[in-house]
Amino acid sequence: MLSIKNLHAEVEEKKILKGINLEVKAGEVHAIMGPNGSGKSSLASVLAGRENYQVTEGEVLLYGKDLLDMAPEVRAREGVFLAFQYPVEIPGVSNISFLKTALSEIRAYRGLPPLESREFLKLSKERQALVEFDASLANRSLNEGFSGGEKKRNEIFQLAMLEPKLSILDETDSGLDIDALRIVSAGVNKLRSSDNAFIIITHYQRLLDYIVPDFVHVLYDGRIVRSGTKELALELEEKGYDWLKESLQETSPAQQRVI
Amino acid sequence: MNNVGTALYEEMIRTFDMSGASHTKETASLAHLRKEAFRTFKEKGFPTIKDEDWRFTNMAPYLKDAYQLQVPVKVEATALEALLDSTAVEEWDAWKLVLVNGQIDYSLSDLPEAGLLKISSLKEVLGSEEVSKFIGLHQNTDANRLAALNTALFEDGLFIEVAKGQKAEKPLHIVHLYTADVPSFVQPRHLILLGRLSEFTFMESTACVGGEAPVLVNGVLECNLEEGANLTHYVLQRGRRGERMVQHTQVYQARDSRYDNVTISLPETDLIRNQLQVALDGSGSECHLYGLYLPSAGQLIDNHTVVDHLQPHCESNELYKGVLQNSAKAVFNGKIFVRQIAQKTNAFQQNNNLLLGDKALVHSKPQLEIFADDVKCSHGSTIGQFNPESLFYLRARGIGEALAKELLVQAFGADITDRVSSDAVSRHLKKHLLERPVTQLQDVPHIEHI
Repeated sequence: MLSIKNLHAEVEEKKILKGINLEVKAGEVHAIMGPNGSGKSSLASVLAGRENYQVTEGEVLLYGKDLLDMAPEVRAREGVFLAFQYPVEIPGVSNISFLKTALSEIRAYRGLPPLESREFLKLSKERQALVEFDASLANRSLNEGFSGGEKKRNEIFQLAMLEPKLSILDETDSGLDIDALRIVSAGVNKLRSSDNAFIIITHYQRLLDYIVPDFVHVLYDGRIVRSGTKELALELEEKGYDWLKESLQETSPAQQRVI
Repeated sequence: MNNVGTALYEEMIRTFDMSGASHTKETASLAHLRKEAFRTFKEKGFPTIKDEDWRFTNMAPYLKDAYQLQVPVKVEATALEALLDSTAVEEWDAWKLVLVNGQIDYSLSDLPEAGLLKISSLKEVLGSEEVSKFIGLHQNTDANRLAALNTALFEDGLFIEVAKGQKAEKPLHIVHLYTADVPSFVQPRHLILLGRLSEFTFMESTACVGGEAPVLVNGVLECNLEEGANLTHYVLQRGRRGERMVQHTQVYQARDSRYDNVTISLPETDLIRNQLQVALDGSGSECHLYGLYLPSAGQLIDNHTVVDHLQPHCESNELYKGVLQNSAKAVFNGKIFVRQIAQKTNAFQQNNNLLLGDKALVHSKPQLEIFADDVKCSHGSTIGQFNPESLFYLRARGIGEALAKELLVQAFGADITDRVSSDAVSRHLKKHLLERPVTQLQDVPHIEHI
């Protein structure tokens, strides 16, 4: 589904991603872990098409199409979804009409007519229930005055509505209490299928207790330095990122750079 | 006198000299007022950019046409009706009063039986001392020469009186239609009197039909609110190329009265200049002024507001927002006076602008003049572009860039349209925002984000 090859990117001439390679197949869940500043969120931003990132090398293919060549909205219509680390508040845009617009745009791209109001409402109720998202929140302005947890739940509600192929969850667990984390994870688990894939970016192993990944990758200094199964996450949790930095230093000191 | 609009100026002098005959039934005090107002205009002429209040709004190009002052309405009834339909507010249960070039057209109107809400043409009541004493009562002719010109020369308009203690059964929709085959100069004059503890809601819609000829509207509306009166006033200004509109609205408030104004100015009209002036002359009175202006290429929308706190314990809130496309121009000049006696005043004023064109220009000038020492006042102004993070968020959900920008413009404007307490009117205003053509959205250099 997604193929990232030797991806290099920078922001304001500062190199952030330094050669990422990653293959994601339908049905898989990949976790990307790493210390702060390692480039996790940057990878999410580059995949979603945030404009201030410059890709300097490498390619990203989604079902064989050049993802990096597409505008952010085209990526979304092709099935990429980014659950934002910091969802934006947009007063004056109603949550539900925003979703209706987004869904219509995506459907139009696929040659489908917009959903009838009744169908849309039905779908929306069903998906709200999935993430226990309060109907009163759905009718308010987009994220305006929402708590941190409500905003994150709204991201997953949107994900459920738009049914993307590839979902990238950027630190969705940060700022969530245990109950909210459980609800969000349960929602994601219900949405998992053999057709879609998830990239879960997180600093903590905790989320991976609930959403069990097929693969765990460790990002450090703009590169994936380790890949493994869910046990790798446990090891990291136990030993911390310093252990990783030290072990990297031992194995390949030449790769280390002073930033 | 200056050399702006010289031919028109001379036409005004001729007209005034001949106007005596048609004003014979008016009271002596009004005749005197007209004379004084005309003297001011004659002395100083049309406003020019040398006048502080007109620095950024040059009337000169709009005064060159060979305007006629008394133009008979020559337009097909069907065209008028079609235009009228376009102003209809769906699901709003309201009386309807239609004026064509400033004259009431009863055949197009739907009015209540004569009763506690009195509606008539202004001309009918100009012989009454009781009514005519309110004309120009609180108007500073010296500072507002176009309003003075209106005072000197107006022929007719509309008179509304809400009796003491009455709440008008339904709101009133006043539709101003303008039409011109030849260049026309129209000077409507309206007076609204609210008795003690009365309540009234009205909306003014403006639309222009017929011909391409320039129309210059120099209108004056005066509202007088007695103790405890409550007036809600919505304004939707829509027009066509060639239309120029100067609207002076004078509101006088006695104690414990409340005035709410929401003014939306849509693109197309060449020039809109609104002068909204509110005098809070009784303690406990309050006013809430909201405005949204959306000038398009080559258009200028100028809002000059004055809120005068003349007594203690009054409150004023003001929020004006502008969305400027391509080469649009706008002016916001908001003045708040807090007189020495007006202790415990709360006065707030804010002006926010979204600049969408690289040639768009806004002059924003919030002003506070405070002479009292125990008050809460603030004012501010911002100019910016789309927040890139909001834009990215919408696009990341599959919404195309143009539509995403449109949504953000609507969201920006919703701050104003949401102040309308009538749901039907609020929907109507939002619908007009939706239909507003965002023709050329451009990326402009980053300044500051709102």
